[in-house]
Amino acid sequence: MTTADQVNRLESGGRIHREKPLSFTFDGKKMIGYEGDTLASALLANGVSVVARSFKYSRPRGIVGHGAEEPNAIIQLGEGNATVPNLRATQVELYEGLQATAVSGWPNVEFDLMGLIGIFGRLMPPGFYYKTFMRPQRLWMTYEHIIRKAAGLGKAPTEADPDSYDKLNQHCDVLVVGAGPAGLAAALTAARTGARVIIADEQQGFGGSLLASVLSINAQPAAGWVADTIDELKSFDSVQLLPRSTVFGYYDHNFLAILERRSDHVGLTAITGSRQRLHRVRAKQVVLATGAIERPLVFAHNDVPGVMLASSVSTYIQRYAVIPGRTLLLSTTNDGAYQTAIDWHQAGRHVAAIVDSRPQVNGPLIETAKQLGIHVISGHAVIEALGKKRVTGAIIAPINSTGAALTGTPKTLSCDLIASSGGWSPAIHLSSHTGAKPYWDDKKIAFLPGNSRQQEQSAGSANGCWTLQGCLQEGIEVGAAAAQKAGFSPAVDQPVDFHCNEPLQQSPHALFLVPHPKSTSRAPSQFVDLQLDVTAAAIELAAREGYESVEHAKRYTAMGFGTDQGKLGNINGIAILANALGQTISETGTTMFRPAYTPTTFGAIAGRDIGALFDPERYTAMHRWHQEHGATWENVGQWKRPWYFPQQSEHMHEAVNRECLAVRNSVGILDASTLGKIDIQGPDAAEFITRIYTNSYLKLAIGKCRYGVMLKEDGMIFDDGVTACLAENHYLMFTTTGGAAGVLAWLELWQQTEWPDLQVYFTSVTDHWATATVTGPNARKVIAKVCDDIDLSNDNFAFMDWRDGTVAEIKARLFRISFTGELSYEVNVPAHYGRFIWEKLLEAGKEFDITPYGTETMHVLRAEKGFIIVGQDTDGSVTPHDMNMSWVIAKNKTFSFLGKRSLERSDSLRDQRKQLVGLKTREPQQVLPEGAQIVNDQNQLLPMAMQGHVTSSYYSANLGHSIALAVVKGGLNRLGETVYCPLADGRILAAEIVSSVFYDPEGARQHV
Amino acid sequence: MLHIYCPHCQQHREEDEFSYSGEAHIQRPSNPEILTDKDWGDYLFFRKNPRGLHHEMWYHAAGCRRYFNATRDTVSYEIMETYPVGTRPQIAPLPTIGDDAT
Ligand SMILES: [Zn+2]
Repeated sequence: MTTADQVNRLESGGRIHREKPLSFTFDGKKMIGYEGDTLASALLANGVSVVARSFKYSRPRGIVGHGAEEPNAIIQLGEGNATVPNLRATQVELYEGLQATAVSGWPNVEFDLMGLIGIFGRLMPPGFYYKTFMRPQRLWMTYEHIIRKAAGLGKAPTEADPDSYDKLNQHCDVLVVGAGPAGLAAALTAARTGARVIIADEQQGFGGSLLASVLSINAQPAAGWVADTIDELKSFDSVQLLPRSTVFGYYDHNFLAILERRSDHVGLTAITGSRQRLHRVRAKQVVLATGAIERPLVFAHNDVPGVMLASSVSTYIQRYAVIPGRTLLLSTTNDGAYQTAIDWHQAGRHVAAIVDSRPQVNGPLIETAKQLGIHVISGHAVIEALGKKRVTGAIIAPINSTGAALTGTPKTLSCDLIASSGGWSPAIHLSSHTGAKPYWDDKKIAFLPGNSRQQEQSAGSANGCWTLQGCLQEGIEVGAAAAQKAGFSPAVDQPVDFHCNEPLQQSPHALFLVPHPKSTSRAPSQFVDLQLDVTAAAIELAAREGYESVEHAKRYTAMGFGTDQGKLGNINGIAILANALGQTISETGTTMFRPAYTPTTFGAIAGRDIGALFDPERYTAMHRWHQEHGATWENVGQWKRPWYFPQQSEHMHEAVNRECLAVRNSVGILDASTLGKIDIQGPDAAEFITRIYTNSYLKLAIGKCRYGVMLKEDGMIFDDGVTACLAENHYLMFTTTGGAAGVLAWLELWQQTEWPDLQVYFTSVTDHWATATVTGPNARKVIAKVCDDIDLSNDNFAFMDWRDGTVAEIKARLFRISFTGELSYEVNVPAHYGRFIWEKLLEAGKEFDITPYGTETMHVLRAEKGFIIVGQDTDGSVTPHDMNMSWVIAKNKTFSFLGKRSLERSDSLRDQRKQLVGLKTREPQQVLPEGAQIVNDQNQLLPMAMQGHVTSSYYSANLGHSIALAVVKGGLNRLGETVYCPLADGRILAAEIVSSVFYDPEGARQHV
Repeated sequence: MLHIYCPHCQQHREEDEFSYSGEAHIQRPSNPEILTDKDWGDYLFFRKNPRGLHHEMWYHAAGCRRYFNATRDTVSYEIMETYPVGTRPQIAPLPTIGDDAT
């Protein structure tokens, strides 16, 4: 392994650093390249021909392009936790120690067993996707598994990503996408007006096509103009230059996303800092100078390694000093590609011929080629490539002036590289993301960006401008216009003119599929989409089978479905489809492009929003105490709530049983701080609350509380909770923990839109208060030990009363409301006293063995009482009547409260509505799974008639048997009947329908 | 991601700060009890779903917590105007001038 192994490296030239050799491996084989190489240029320098096996037919494939368009050279970088799948070797910068493997081919691309067996293509005829999608979903899952394994799309890392990623939110006046001639000119023009400019380019260096150009600008080599322009751009504080940054998506209201690769060019993981950055940019104006992608010609066996884009061959020669073969045959439809043959010849290697499809050719580039002694054959095209793992020759044939038919005898030329050029396709992807509909231009033989849907303009070859001078000029115009629209006046010292020494060019020929002596269906495969192995014959078949819309044909053939989104193949495919349908390309139209332009790492999209930062966690003031006392956690919205407090080696059910018994037999304590709390004030507060809840608050006296149920206008339960009257025109509304934000928005909605005349104000005070619920027969005794300024007697402080007072010398509000059915005091103190009061209450309760309990015990105790939990026993489709809570609806309210009218709808009055009941299993220790479906007849054949489902289910230690709440069709009239729950494991559990109140049905215990 | 002008804050802010609240200018019937099930059902469930200009309500939930209205093109997503609840749109005016407070 020495630098001498680079058989295709030229002696001099290129923008590489020969003094910095880099070793790397491809499929385990060691090679050397130079700093400045891409993986693709280094592979070509080392004479590597086969870099992939094709998706369907396992055919050997080589490097075709030099950028984002590359369909074949898809590689996996590195291994282990930082491995990256699905990268284009043409866009991977070489670094010391780089390890790359082909993602296709098994056991490797050189010797591929799948290809040997050759069955895969037959398994996947055209229309495979379309037809498979139509079949049951699970069959597709099976196919996908096979496809992924066999075809190889890379492997996702299985360990956590060691790197970090950042997100930046940015604003600018003008965002320029692409730093080729048009982009640089636009950015410079805009920058000179003082506008805030961001210019981004996916490549490591700015310059685009100019980096491989032999042209000069104003008598200076193009690369010199690029360097000067970059220098000037850097001199502005208001300009941000983003190389190695792909603008991958153009979203609504001029919001664009840029992926900046900060360290990918030096190694698999970032040594310091973040690996990549996602720039989220809101731009006033956007200039799309995204360039154009050369269009290959479609001919038989055009996929053999050694068939490349003409401009790519030139780029490898000029930029990387790599000449990817010995003898070149150029097949072209235009003048521009002649430069490739000239470059090749001047690099000292042989050009077999230039084959030009146009009948007559003349012009400066043609003359130059001829003067160099290059054989130019006009009126001909390459119709077939020869060779298997490498081109060994080409068959050419005379072709008529429309390109539709061959007119003479084919002959064979020998060569090992076929460069083809069918013209250029503007990279209109980002313009297309905005919804702009591209249109076909017959003269430019290209789809051009459609009418702007956003504040953007395209410039340069992205806009169908094919000359350097034109691109520079357009860049200036569009850059100036963008700055002006963003509110900046033109600078005085704008460049006016550019002189480029570019030769005049004649009109190109519109040729896409080169005819073959055999019909398309019988000719050797003519590949349109190399990544997904879509052939011209498959597209014609799609048209014959009636898939006439371009979007349907795309799905039928899978053309453009690959990770390259058909950057090379789509236009050829559309032209072939148009021809098969007897339409113009314009009539056929194009498919739309969607983000992302090139694959984007999940890491960058996730950024820092992972792990602990994925979602905020909310802790109560007592959180640390719970942690210190071994709480297990339940997530309730963003809140962390203690689930239960296991002692020593207790299992969950042991802990919960102990906690449940403690509350009913002595006293327990619960952290209830998470309940939503909304402070409501104003002269119309009572009226407002009465319109929102089903019952009335007009006569709620100061010091009293009332339980209410809130309905949406459709009559379905939305939230529930207790509201207390704190003072005149002053109320405190408790909401469910998860519903707090939604309820506040709901109150604001009605106040602001329908009832702005009501004077009422809402403030969320959830986080201001810490709440400890002391509950159980000994609750009063506990409170009495720490509170001596409230008369705790039942006569003076009754159930559903609240009092101001002092608890352990802290000002507190005490509410006698109960979710356990026991004597309860909810002690509310300002949040920062939360832990203090919690510990004081525990201390006071010590002699009664006060037991901290969590949400599970809270659930069991409330279920014993048949108290519903909104969101668990309700699901947005049940009314208070369905929940057997008709008592909560006031009959005589003057205002038609929210949802009232809906309770009278015929559907709400149906007698077979699902209604809340209790279920008692026949086997008392058997606990029904929550969500279990309920049927009447356990022997009914499938599909069984569903009667409802279990909403809550627990083992009740207090009762010594399991309890469940369920909604059952017409359940309230079916008490005593037996129903059945067929489970997924085949068991069927029988249960009796009973009252939903299992414990203390008279409600005596909470009133003591 | 939309860029929305809040008429109360008088600033363009990112869509993240807002939540969508459905069609604007839907007035709650003043006497629901006298409506037929069908008329009440129309108020409850039936909404315009135009291809083109749409008056809709937005809520500046992570900002001023005020509701406001917007005229938005449902095809291009362009927001032509935003205006406070209780005022009427300048673009694609409502068909009839009623006592509609919303
Ligand atoms: Zn606002």
